[in-house]
Amino acid sequence: MAEVKSDLTAAPNRFTSAAKSLRGEWLGLAVILLLALFPFLFGWFTGTSVQDGPSKFWQGQLITFFIMAVYAMSYDLLIGYTGILSFGHAAFFGGGAYTMGLFLTHIGPKIIGSYKITIGAADITEVLVLVAATLLVVVVVTLLGLLFSVVSARIKGVYFAMISLAMADAIHILSKATDFGKWTGADEGLHGIPVPMWINPTQHRLLFYFIALAFCVIMYLIARRMVDSPTGRVFVALRENESRVRMIGYNPVTYRTLSFVVAAVIAGLAGALFSLWNMGATPTMTSAVTTINALIMTILGGIGTLIGPILGAGLMQIVGQFFYQWFGARWPLVFGLIFIALVLFLPYGVVGTYRLKRLEWKQGWQRLWGLVAGK
Amino acid sequence: MTAEREILLEAKNLQKEFGGLVAVDDVSVAIYARTLHSIIGPNGAGKTTLFNLLSGMMDPTRGQVFYQGKDITGLAPHRRAHLGIGRSFQITNIFPNLTVLENVRLAAQAVGRDNFRMFQRAGSFPAYEEKAREVLGRVGLQGREGVLAQVLPHGDKRKLELGIMLASDPHLLLLDEPTAGMSSEQVPALLDIIRAIMADGDKTIVLVEHRMDMVMSISDRITVMHQGQVLAEGTPHEIATNQTVQSAYLGALYGDLAKELEDNVG
Repeated sequence: MAEVKSDLTAAPNRFTSAAKSLRGEWLGLAVILLLALFPFLFGWFTGTSVQDGPSKFWQGQLITFFIMAVYAMSYDLLIGYTGILSFGHAAFFGGGAYTMGLFLTHIGPKIIGSYKITIGAADITEVLVLVAATLLVVVVVTLLGLLFSVVSARIKGVYFAMISLAMADAIHILSKATDFGKWTGADEGLHGIPVPMWINPTQHRLLFYFIALAFCVIMYLIARRMVDSPTGRVFVALRENESRVRMIGYNPVTYRTLSFVVAAVIAGLAGALFSLWNMGATPTMTSAVTTINALIMTILGGIGTLIGPILGAGLMQIVGQFFYQWFGARWPLVFGLIFIALVLFLPYGVVGTYRLKRLEWKQGWQRLWGLVAGK
Repeated sequence: MTAEREILLEAKNLQKEFGGLVAVDDVSVAIYARTLHSIIGPNGAGKTTLFNLLSGMMDPTRGQVFYQGKDITGLAPHRRAHLGIGRSFQITNIFPNLTVLENVRLAAQAVGRDNFRMFQRAGSFPAYEEKAREVLGRVGLQGREGVLAQVLPHGDKRKLELGIMLASDPHLLLLDEPTAGMSSEQVPALLDIIRAIMADGDKTIVLVEHRMDMVMSISDRITVMHQGQVLAEGTPHEIATNQTVQSAYLGALYGDLAKELEDNVG
């Protein structure tokens, strides 16, 4: 009797979830297509060129959004899926940016000056330099990820959050130290990184736009597949109940390390691309502000959803743009107040609240009252 | 009982000290393969600490643990799980925000070889899901697969706790008070599950339990612990009629429970 019932209830569930994911995939494809066509549609509607003017400006806004979306997503892998509260994410983003910047500034020109590698008639030296720089970024942020995970194996929870903040700050101090000013530009940071001309974001904005869009889509697909893989399921289990994870036969240290390295590599690549986009790397990128940005984008969009941080990054980008116009330099103050309200009333973020189909209106006021009255 | 007495798990002179407190004091106990061995004793007797030492959640201050003749002292819990040692917890220890099916599926996946396939869907390994469904059927949770574990009633959570353990097909099951917090009406169903596990014929169970009637009826052997030490060991009948147990522990602490023991054994 019971078995029959289970079969009957299980079958339609499987159907509806398959239909839902299919609809999700179509929606995703439509959004990607729309973003791919955006520069042309924008130019067409406003009657301006794709290459300059407002179209170029908005392409720039979207490039920043794509890169920050990937960065926020990498943070969600750590905090939302594996449940590691880390306040050191800027170390990976900034680490990637500085590795790329330093390599292109100090090593790249030497290679280009003394070697000429060609395939047929095409000079691919610049391409190889960029590939080498990217590989170096992966190596450096992997090491950083390992460093963080070694510490996280020993110190847990909010204590680790504090330590990770300190570790990232150490890297921040390193990035603006005058001792290395000769290479890093100290407080000023690196400016005018010699980005290869063929992907120079000022000259070839449209190409850079497509690179950033492809980067965002590919990283999302990788992250999505990973959280849905056998390994990703263990990440989630680790978030839920670590002692039980151990008892059923998983080594938590292995999975936490894996999660850290993956998140670090994705964040590092985002940082590297950001340094190409900015043609610079500044100490802000390794600072706590950058970590807090990841946190805000993730919470705003919905923690543990992957798509949430992407939306969060978009919201941040739009809000940053318009609030600056409306409120001037004081915009973070206004945004801060709105953010507090969002955390009180939409604790699951945009995506989480949409999935739950529930507004925490009453609980929100209770939380606010608790905050004001001190419980 | 078979004449062949193969020892599956053996603790030798186990000692666990927390600061000045000796929680487990020179405990030696042998668990024979394919038997149900209960450990009883009042609260604070050191039963759960002993379980933590056997499952690797804690390392002993002194002494050794042998499994299938091999020294496993100091071996991490996840490695013991791969050797076939499963453990359930006195306080329900599940994955609250995951579905019932996923709770069990994770345990089935843990002992497989696909844990590091990072770029394939978990859904493309149906063997683990089938295993999970089969186990859920055995513990009486069929039909609840898609429910979040946290919304299950307490009795069902205890069944899920057992299911998580069973999914990895352990040889040795360490059950820490499986009936904790259950009402008397819920106990028989759980008892049936335990009996069914033993009926498989290849499982060994170590059981910590407070319900004397249950312990007396399903155990092959019983170890009585008191203040961290082994007070007595034997068959249920031997324990119920043991003079030391009666006077020093059962008589003093449980009063008429000693009588109940004798009644149960008859």
